[in-house]
Amino acid sequence: MSVVSSTAAAPPAVRRASYSRYLGAKVLGALGSLFFVLVINFFLFRVLPGDPARTLGRGRFRTEEALDRFREQYGLDQPVLQQFLTYLQNVFTGELGVSLRYRVPVSDLIQDRIWPTFLLVGTSTLLAMLIGVYLGMLAAWNRGRTVDKASTWGSLTLYSMPEWWLGLILIAVFAVGAGPIPGIFPTGGLHSVGVDPSSLEGVLDTAWHLALPVTTLTLAYLADYTLIMRSSLLDELGEDYLITARAKGLRDVEVRNRHGVRNALLPTTTLVAISLGYVVSGAITIETVFSIPGLGLLAVEATELPDYWVLQGCFLIASAGVIFANLVANLLYGVLDPRVRT
Amino acid sequence: MSDDMKDIRNDPVGDGEPVAKLTSRQVARRRRAAALRRTWAEFRRHPSGLFGLVVLIFFVSVAIFAPLIADPDGMSATQATGGVLESPSAEYPLGTDDSGRSVLTLLVYGARVSIMVGLLATAISVGLGTLIGLASGFFGGWTARVLFRLTEWFLVIPFLPLAIVLATIMGRSLVTIIVVIGVTSWPGTALLIRAQTLSIKERPYLERARVLGAGRWHQITRHVLPNVMPMVFANTTLTVAIAILTETTLSFLGLGDPTRVSWGSMLQDAFDVGAMTTGAWWYIIPPGVCVVLVVLSFTLVGQALEAIFNPKLRRR
Repeated sequence: MSVVSSTAAAPPAVRRASYSRYLGAKVLGALGSLFFVLVINFFLFRVLPGDPARTLGRGRFRTEEALDRFREQYGLDQPVLQQFLTYLQNVFTGELGVSLRYRVPVSDLIQDRIWPTFLLVGTSTLLAMLIGVYLGMLAAWNRGRTVDKASTWGSLTLYSMPEWWLGLILIAVFAVGAGPIPGIFPTGGLHSVGVDPSSLEGVLDTAWHLALPVTTLTLAYLADYTLIMRSSLLDELGEDYLITARAKGLRDVEVRNRHGVRNALLPTTTLVAISLGYVVSGAITIETVFSIPGLGLLAVEATELPDYWVLQGCFLIASAGVIFANLVANLLYGVLDPRVRT
Repeated sequence: MSDDMKDIRNDPVGDGEPVAKLTSRQVARRRRAAALRRTWAEFRRHPSGLFGLVVLIFFVSVAIFAPLIADPDGMSATQATGGVLESPSAEYPLGTDDSGRSVLTLLVYGARVSIMVGLLATAISVGLGTLIGLASGFFGGWTARVLFRLTEWFLVIPFLPLAIVLATIMGRSLVTIIVVIGVTSWPGTALLIRAQTLSIKERPYLERARVLGAGRWHQITRHVLPNVMPMVFANTTLTVAIAILTETTLSFLGLGDPTRVSWGSMLQDAFDVGAMTTGAWWYIIPPGVCVVLVVLSFTLVGQALEAIFNPKLRRR
């Protein structure tokens, strides 16, 4: 590709060395962030107002002995530093405490619930990326025309919309049915009762259940990609090298696709990485609206009791996921655009 | 300085025509007024920004004059006069909720909570962001490094989960919501202000000020801050949009103040009573449309301001 070929003349050894340094810095940064999340996660749940044992137990312990047993069981009678070290040890061995509500280890709950979230968020992000980048390109090429105006206004409106509200509307229209439109999709859930999820019928059933939530999330994520792609392509279109390319006799389409779009994709990659936190937020509300048994719904249910260990586990997984995805995006960026390695 | 002395200094002839001899404060004030007029003239050329401004003025007026528009008694669920989820009629233009209150009345008072939470949370967020951004941009050394790391760390922590955890731990109240949104949404502002500060710090006139013996405080308050302020202002309007969206979402998830009605809590209630399956569209559509309009308007005004204050964006 054009960016890489421009630096291909540099000695390969130097290039590899600088990439490994870039890689090292990014990995270290991610580890630092992860440690920060662990610290926050630990202390947030230790600044609970009042006696943590009482708050965490949610008034389940009537006698002092029971409270003491609870403190001992969760190590709340230890000094804070000792508690923190125990916590770190527990996290790295995958021990995240026991849910107050379900009475099973939090790690088991998370393992059960992570796949629906993955499926929902992954599909929606992929679709939003493809459609958004395409719409952004379309808007930039037709700058100022109806296509541009419609896509920009549409994106801004979607951007200003709580995604779960859009979900409620889609349920009312396409699941319940409004006026002449019959309700053809389920209002929520992931599977129909009595259908084996691993059979072909089960897969189709899941797809049918996910149709509305995926549409909602795709529309919600779409705005970011469209707006970013549009503005970064407009930036590129003003650059000198495109005039050079045109002067060489390349056709407009080639100039746009082979030079403009490729470079415009770079800022999109970074901004995608930054907006990943937003992806998690979308999963939380959409899972609530469509009652999809994923991590988001687990976290929201945990706020009701409150089930602190579940909440803590969900927060940890969500943050770790964002940090990891961010790292991947950064590393990818380093491959795509060697200029950032310095 | 007394008023008399000012008069003599500015108008020694006494014919009412001021001469060029002005105090530095007056010069600054005039320059500021002129800058404001210039900004307004440019702002008027952004039709989308103007549209946003008009919508915002409308909603803020509704929030301020709520008691004049709708009877406050209409907020009481026990004294409600309407039926359960009645469809729109002459008496209830937007129908009633599940306890028989007029949805229009709820909307009008909900505007107060939603807009107030948005503005106060933004004040915290922009204040924190500006302070941290300025400090990490202006000062060198380990202070800057620590603050920058902190900003980066907060940036990768997913915003909504953190807000949910904080709201759950701190209990459900309006103050909690404001603080939670404020302390979770500052990193973007901080990064922006940091970048801006770094670029201003290297400009020749600041070097000149330093050579002339200007202290750090003078440099920051007199040179850096005034230059950063326009960006802060544009960023503030964009942050209000995010804060209002977050308030709506947190309230929808049941983490808002249970005693107050906001657009988000209306939607939570609508969701809980299954308004979308019973066809009670008047309980779902209006609060959402209000949120979209207000958030969109803040975003449009913010983008227009950004385009004015950041010339690099202008050609888009």
